[in-house]
Amino acid sequence: MIGDLALDQAGTATRDRPAAVIVEDLHKSFGPIEVLKGVSLRAAQGEVVSILGSSGSGKSTLLRCLNLLETPGRGAITIGDETLRFAPDRKGRLQRPDRKQVERLRRSAAMVFQSFNLWSHMTILENVIEAPVHVLKRPRLECVAEAEALLAKVGLAERRHYYPAHLSGGQQQRAAIARALAMHPKVLLFDEPTSALDPELVGEVLRVMRSLADEGRTMLVVTHEMAFARDVSSRVLFVHDGRVEEEGAPAAIFANPKSERLRQFLSRTRTAG
Amino acid sequence: MDIAFLADVFRRLLSGLPLTLKLAGTSVALGLLIALALATTLQGGRPLFVWLIRGFVAAFRGTPLLAQIFLIYYGLGQFRPFLQDIGLWSFFREPFWCAILALTLNTSAYGTEIIRGGLQSVPLGQIEAARACGMSPWLVYRRITLPIALRQALPSYGNEIILMIKGTSLTSIVTLTEVTGIAEQIISQTYRAIEVFACASAIYLALNFIVTRLIGWLERRLSPHLRTAPNLMPSSSPRGASA
Amino acid sequence: MISSSLFEVLSFGAGGWGAALLKAALTTTALSIAGFAAGAVLGGLAAFARLSGGALGAALADGYGTLFRGVPDLLTIYLLYFGGSVGLTVVSHWLGGQGFVGLPAFATGVAALAIISGAYQAEVYRGAYLAIHRGELEAARAFGMPHPTMLRRIIAPQLLRYALPGLGNVWQLVLKDSALVSVTGLVELMRQAQVGAGSTRQPFVFYCSAAALYLIIALLTGALFRRAERRSLRGVRIA
Repeated sequence: MIGDLALDQAGTATRDRPAAVIVEDLHKSFGPIEVLKGVSLRAAQGEVVSILGSSGSGKSTLLRCLNLLETPGRGAITIGDETLRFAPDRKGRLQRPDRKQVERLRRSAAMVFQSFNLWSHMTILENVIEAPVHVLKRPRLECVAEAEALLAKVGLAERRHYYPAHLSGGQQQRAAIARALAMHPKVLLFDEPTSALDPELVGEVLRVMRSLADEGRTMLVVTHEMAFARDVSSRVLFVHDGRVEEEGAPAAIFANPKSERLRQFLSRTRTAG
Repeated sequence: MDIAFLADVFRRLLSGLPLTLKLAGTSVALGLLIALALATTLQGGRPLFVWLIRGFVAAFRGTPLLAQIFLIYYGLGQFRPFLQDIGLWSFFREPFWCAILALTLNTSAYGTEIIRGGLQSVPLGQIEAARACGMSPWLVYRRITLPIALRQALPSYGNEIILMIKGTSLTSIVTLTEVTGIAEQIISQTYRAIEVFACASAIYLALNFIVTRLIGWLERRLSPHLRTAPNLMPSSSPRGASA
Repeated sequence: MISSSLFEVLSFGAGGWGAALLKAALTTTALSIAGFAAGAVLGGLAAFARLSGGALGAALADGYGTLFRGVPDLLTIYLLYFGGSVGLTVVSHWLGGQGFVGLPAFATGVAALAIISGAYQAEVYRGAYLAIHRGELEAARAFGMPHPTMLRRIIAPQLLRYALPGLGNVWQLVLKDSALVSVTGLVELMRQAQVGAGSTRQPFVFYCSAAALYLIIALLTGALFRRAERRSLRGVRIA
């Protein structure tokens, strides 16, 4: 298909572009359980990286670490030109990173959650302008104009004065995507954005994500949507047991997976889907 | 039925209403401010403050309001020379101010607990979403956590206001002639307990009704997100579902 | 000095008030338990009337709850104390008695606490009954369980489980409300503290002691309620 061809070309072209996200040797433990055992990845600007893996593989933790919702135990994260390094102190405890630096990094890595997490006491327009106005301190009117454009883009212009509770799951997730875009992030992080949706609502969210990919936005997507991973992403990462088990262009990953585990994973999802 | 007597009782009881309202209104307003400050400090989690506030809340929730009023009004009289030296005696000499102080401390202890409950009920996901866009802890608290918590706490706070209105009746024991104090005077003069009780309870039930309605109105006003979805929204822009 | 005389004033020996305060604390506890228990009967009846009674019974129970939860507890105590005495005097005059007959203070206190806590307990029982899963009652019926057996084996145990947290709150309320009974002259903890404060001129010491004793009773009985709650929650998965 034409779309596939274009994306394949884009995929190869991104190799030379500067990196948007670099993760080096990331470790994360919850108590005695080591969830991430040294993950490294690099996403070039404009690249769409899908992260696959069974539940408990650490893929969501990886994404939450990128936004510092979890503090990694060891390793380094670079987003844009901001680098945060993590190392345990002499007693082996987690070291709290500098708060200002964390907040700066979070502004450039916007997150879209599985359960939307729209602020229930604000209309969706208010949800979208909240962080630009109060975190980025931009003028309110300018933010409103931009937010309206973003909501129109995700197909919610007429619902901008609705509260999240009055929207369907798919609409809420599209609003959450608009909220993320309003931050002008260097990278968009999607944490299983369609897993909490009824099957008939998945399509509308994936369509929006596809259009974002076409715009050349950098996206890291933890997902169970194999079709999205295969058709939209420029690269696929398969995470297993806290490590990147296999990584490559979607065509290669899906057509001839090298590792036994990935083969098992793919056959399971195929029979399930 | 003795209508003339009832009317007279009613008129005399109503003369105590301004004092009842002044006591309840002042202590609820001041108590809310203190409760907000204490609940916010609890949220900060500094062990010394947490420990002190928990002690304060437990002490005032675990003892009778009457004991608190007596302790402040009569009990502190034991330190009269000291209070005179530091210039606070004119405050503690007045039953009105002692009553205000006792009621305020009492309602702030209960209020702290109510707001703390509201803060705990805020969904973690919404807090995480706020952190994820780089909000500082104080901004998250001010813009997301607190507004959601207060809305959540509103019905319980309505109950607390009603309890406070009832609580003002105890100040009659330290000589304040609010509604219950006047009722007691009339009963002990006339021994017509049932008629007086009927009149006084009508006043209190009317107050409760007004408070319930006000809280309900406030709840609806402040919680548009809990209302049913609007059917028609003014849609000024024709851009819309073009995506 | 206050500190030097503190131990003398609160001592248990001659001239000390320790024993009197402890005895008054026991009276407070007994008064509260009796009021709470009698309130359970009233509250149970009111809840039953609201759940399964006719329209009149439900309306009466509803009115009872609204009235006594909405009116200051002190006013209810005045109603019973003065109203009860007047009623008793009228009855005694019929029987040829003379003069004014006062109601026994303890009984008045129990009645007042029963009426007040009954209004709150009715809400608790009603809520607990409505919380019982309908399917479990249907299952009992489907097994041909007779109604009294169902009440005893299925409804009552679950009712208690759902009601316990609410009952714990009502108990604390009764305990604190019992202080108001001091206005009738019954020598419970609050009254005893007033008496001690008056005769020693050390009100702070006495009211502090009384408050501390209330707090101790509240904490001890609160722990009992929590233990009962834990026991009743066996077999319930906590989210």
